[in-house]
Amino acid sequence: MHDSPVSQRPWFEVVAVVLLLMVFDPCVHAQEKPYFVTYSHDLEEPGNLEIESQNIVAAPKNANAFFAPTVEFEYGVTAWWTAEAYLQGQTTANDSTVLTGFRFENRIRPLPREYLINPVLYLEYEDVNLADKSFLEVTGHDTVTTIQVPNATLRKEVEHSVEGKLILSGNGKGFNFAGNIIAEKDVNEAESWEFGYALGASRPLALKASSHRCTFCRQNIAAGAELFGGLGDRYSFGLKQTAQYVGPTVALNAPNGFTYKFSPELGLDTNAARVLWRFGVSYEIPQIFDWFRRSK
Amino acid sequence: MKLRLLLFLALPALTAICFAKANGAWLQKVPAADRNRVDPYLGQPEAIAAGQNLFHENCAECHGANAKGKGSRPCLRSERIKGATDGDLAWLLKNGEVYKGMPRWAGLPEDERWQIIAYIRSLNTPTSEGCQ
Repeated sequence: MHDSPVSQRPWFEVVAVVLLLMVFDPCVHAQEKPYFVTYSHDLEEPGNLEIESQNIVAAPKNANAFFAPTVEFEYGVTAWWTAEAYLQGQTTANDSTVLTGFRFENRIRPLPREYLINPVLYLEYEDVNLADKSFLEVTGHDTVTTIQVPNATLRKEVEHSVEGKLILSGNGKGFNFAGNIIAEKDVNEAESWEFGYALGASRPLALKASSHRCTFCRQNIAAGAELFGGLGDRYSFGLKQTAQYVGPTVALNAPNGFTYKFSPELGLDTNAARVLWRFGVSYEIPQIFDWFRRSK
Repeated sequence: MKLRLLLFLALPALTAICFAKANGAWLQKVPAADRNRVDPYLGQPEAIAAGQNLFHENCAECHGANAKGKGSRPCLRSERIKGATDGDLAWLLKNGEVYKGMPRWAGLPEDERWQIIAYIRSLNTPTSEGCQ
């Protein structure tokens, strides 16, 4: 059973736009951390638009293999405020392809300077059905058993959720350390607040730039690790009946504006999938509104 | 009614913050300890070349490929930049001037920020071209 081609078209169009953009070389260094789930205190530069395709492939035990792409549009509204929109879908082997929903988020840095630990406030609205397999975060008692249910059943239930995160992050000696505390609530149902966390650490392989322009120089590659999982809900807070993941992660910040990321995330308990293979590609369009202005 | 009044007052304030122009006020905020720092890569040709690459990857889109500024985004071949210490520039790159549109570049390693400063310094010698 497959959905109509209309629900699949957004992915095709986004891929076409990304391929078109590959022709340009605007020399923007994305300065991306290699994280998939964890947010650091880096915001998008004001006026820049980043388009990211973040994908996940997994073949969980006792469930069909799936591929879940997420397309993300991130815009730097000001130097202290970044807004994002997400479009998500998934395709499951021996099942179907479905568009699972969308999200809008805002990240605001309330303090004007750089400190040892920098807080960022994150607020998100989600309109996502239960067939979502994007694993953009794990909250509450999300477990791998949900993945075993057919898409046709899961997609009938749509969650309208608000989600808040407290992002704490800092840089030191070339390393970035970031921790996110997540609280989420479905506003339509009488469900309690659900909690989760994400931790990440990363470092570029070299801290000095080389004098010649290159793609695979060590300063363009960042490596690190992420640990994330659910923390239960208001009435059963803790690690019981939650899914936990850990994995190494690597990013290549190519000087032509593209960033490539890869991470195998390993499930740490029986509630988690054995491995989530993640890969992503992002492209940053600098000063997008300058394209519509006359040059100076 | 109160919400409307709040929005009425907040919108112009937000617009002013978003489109504020750089005026060099940040120089008054640099602590003395930061101001006295010296660029360890100053005058080193390798570092200047690396700084030039970094400048083109990170800064040129706003400040122009020749660092002469773009629209309301300031020229970096100015008397203000010439008069600023290495430490002043390092402080600005790390902290930004977020309410005036200059983002923080603390995500770049400190050495790379010093390399950018070495390049900007190379554009601001007594014989180099100015902003015009």
